[in-house]
Amino acid sequence: MKRTNKLFGVAALFNSPNEIIHAAKVIADNGYKNFDINTPYPVHGMDKAMKLKPSKLGYITLAFGLSGAVFAMLFMYWAMSIDYPQVIGGKPFFAFPAFVPVTFEVTVLLATLSTVIGLLTFMFGFPHNKQPLLDTNYMKNVSADKFGAVIYADDPQFNESKVKELFTSLKSHSVELVFEIEKETYPIFQPKFLMLLLAVAVITSGTTYFVLNKLLFMQPFNWMVYQDKITAQEKSDFFSDQYGMRTKVEGTVASGFIPYPYSGQTNPTETLSNPLLPTKKVLMLGQKKFLTFCSPCHGNYADGDSRLRGQFPNPPTLHSARAREFSDGMIYHIITNGQNVMSSYALQVTREERWAIVNYIRVLQRAKNAKDSDIEEIQKGLINASR
Amino acid sequence: MNIDYSQEIPVVEGGLKQAHIEELISKPLDTKPDKKFLIAISISGSLLLIGAICLGLTFYYGIGLWGNNQPVGWGFDIVNFVFWVGIGHAGTLISAILFLLRQRWRTGIARFAEAMTIFAVMCAGIFPAIHTGRPWLDGYLFPYPNQNQLWINFSSPLIWDVFAVSTYFTVSFVFWFVGLIPDFATLRDRTTSKIKKTIYSIFSLGWRHSHRNWQHYEKAYMLLAGFATPLVLSVHTIVSFDFAVSIIPGWHTTIFPPYFVAGAIFSGFAMVVTVLIFVRKIFNLEHIITLNHLERMNKVILATGMMVGYAYATEFFIAWYSGNQFETFVFVNRALGPYAWAYWIMVSCNVLFPQLFWIKKIRRSIPIMLVIVIFVNVGMWFERFVIVVSSLHRDFLPSSWGYYTPTLYDIGILLGSFGLFFTLVILFTKTLPVVSISEVKAVADGAQPSHHGGNH
Repeated sequence: MKRTNKLFGVAALFNSPNEIIHAAKVIADNGYKNFDINTPYPVHGMDKAMKLKPSKLGYITLAFGLSGAVFAMLFMYWAMSIDYPQVIGGKPFFAFPAFVPVTFEVTVLLATLSTVIGLLTFMFGFPHNKQPLLDTNYMKNVSADKFGAVIYADDPQFNESKVKELFTSLKSHSVELVFEIEKETYPIFQPKFLMLLLAVAVITSGTTYFVLNKLLFMQPFNWMVYQDKITAQEKSDFFSDQYGMRTKVEGTVASGFIPYPYSGQTNPTETLSNPLLPTKKVLMLGQKKFLTFCSPCHGNYADGDSRLRGQFPNPPTLHSARAREFSDGMIYHIITNGQNVMSSYALQVTREERWAIVNYIRVLQRAKNAKDSDIEEIQKGLINASR
Repeated sequence: MNIDYSQEIPVVEGGLKQAHIEELISKPLDTKPDKKFLIAISISGSLLLIGAICLGLTFYYGIGLWGNNQPVGWGFDIVNFVFWVGIGHAGTLISAILFLLRQRWRTGIARFAEAMTIFAVMCAGIFPAIHTGRPWLDGYLFPYPNQNQLWINFSSPLIWDVFAVSTYFTVSFVFWFVGLIPDFATLRDRTTSKIKKTIYSIFSLGWRHSHRNWQHYEKAYMLLAGFATPLVLSVHTIVSFDFAVSIIPGWHTTIFPPYFVAGAIFSGFAMVVTVLIFVRKIFNLEHIITLNHLERMNKVILATGMMVGYAYATEFFIAWYSGNQFETFVFVNRALGPYAWAYWIMVSCNVLFPQLFWIKKIRRSIPIMLVIVIFVNVGMWFERFVIVVSSLHRDFLPSSWGYYTPTLYDIGILLGSFGLFFTLVILFTKTLPVVSISEVKAVADGAQPSHHGGNH
């Protein structure tokens, strides 16, 4: 580092902490403002001797800590209740207790980082490796085991000979003149600097793009995902027509898929007869399947009161005279084949379940249109049961 | 040796002068590595290599190579994670909590303990990352606006963990670096090598020991300590939430947060003592890291060890007192079931052996101390093993009971984490001052003015 002839300050070294405290006190009492004390470690009582005001660093910490807490809480509230609300573990969208840990961590993170960054850059002006005091004999000594005081040339009272006198009177064992460092200037529009900026911009944006768009979607080892088998809609080179999905061989039936001979017909004769007896087991099965597959449109009691509330054409009630007069085979046929807007339920419910549903519909029909004799029957049953 | 505990013991022994302190601490940085160093680094490097190979194979073939099974879905990966995070806690405790309690003796060991915190958290961080099975997708653990337009689940303890561990690492690192700045400046001014000077200049940021800076610096250090203290308690609390928030018997207990924190400090101090015994001997730092330091740490180990023992007892008491048959089964099974061997290793290493520290002679005898703290390390590793594995291996249905046996890959990765830890520790001893130069200077005899406020 080249130095100019311009004086930066006068520095003096002392041997003991007592001497330096005394020196600081005297310098401050003499009215110097721009002076500093350099010690290898913080010496107790120096703040008072130098007449320093208490550090205001805490305010930075407080401001950033609080904003960290508010930001974290608001962000989680927004993400979990507004942007993508999801019920998780039965908690409310704004699950305050569950948000406490993250809020705490973000508060601590922001408070400490802002404290350190504020301390080093805002309060100390670091990094500052071109400070004139650095690289002097004075700095070497105060770094090791000596205690130093320096009065800067820009102090309003500064006078070289007076300051030297003061230091000698304080019994400093060595007084050193520190000169300014020659300033190097760096014009902003230098091609080299512009190239550096460009390189930084390209590298940062490129890396960000790569990480977020490519790296996170990379599959280093993907043999679990991609296997040598044909999935639906996939092309196959094995078959001459290149279709991966095959139609069934003519004259064969896939297991579990017994063909229904009357599909597409409106009235398939009366030949279909109900193979199931209305036992309790069958009726329970029928009820279960009716409630799952039929009730959304036909209503829980087949009144045609759809739960879909007009979003879909309401089907007719199953308690009409026409529906009651349908044979079992006809109802089975409608479930299997579909009718008007109702589609086929052959794939959702098995044949046995369909017959069970038919039986259950009969139960509903009878219950909804009960005669007095039915009530008598029931009362008889109740009396029998109570005996 | 007779010590009068009613008198304050000098922190730095042997009346060392400041120049000597600096000389002693920076000696390893100024000398070429010797044979002992090379042997040590080759051992830890080999362990690291074993871990790297096992990890590479795990990446290639998938975590099917591990011993995890149904019902033991969390095995060595989580055991090691909790173990290493726990080791880290001693560093922050020494550097932050003892700082706030104005324990001046902490200066001799704080730097080293902080470094161990950082290295231990690095080791810990590996495990949840690889445990996800596809570590290249771990970016999704952080909330960033992604293409799926989904946010992470902020009410999940596993996400709290991500925030806790990453915050803990960042804050510990910053705390450590802030402490190093004045030392970098001292090293910058004493070195004769030009390259070293450039490096130290960069890291010292232009520090010039100015009291105008020291004033704010001390304030900052106190603020950081103030934040690190609740942070360190929160980290293991949140790690314990990984278990306690679930509804598995044996994990679903409210005692977990304090129990985990006490255990973390216990294991961390044991690890610090283990490493410091060697460091003070190898680098001749016996006057700075004195026997008194070790004795005090042993007292902390004794105290936290009893807290851990109390927690073990409480768990059993609550299992009986709650009358919950699942809870009772888990704990009886823990002590008498297929993993009884692990449970009794844990109890004897963590509760019985540390009781020897009641005897002053043992507290101050390095060989016995070394054996006990190694037992504590083993015991605390087994504690996590017992918590994780023994709670899982007997599910609610006897049909889904199982037994977990680690594979060679599990063991290899565990060895690898020790390799990483010790490699970093060994490199640290050779590249950075293992004791804070400025802090130790400040507590040496005659370092502070004889009466505060100047000569008046």
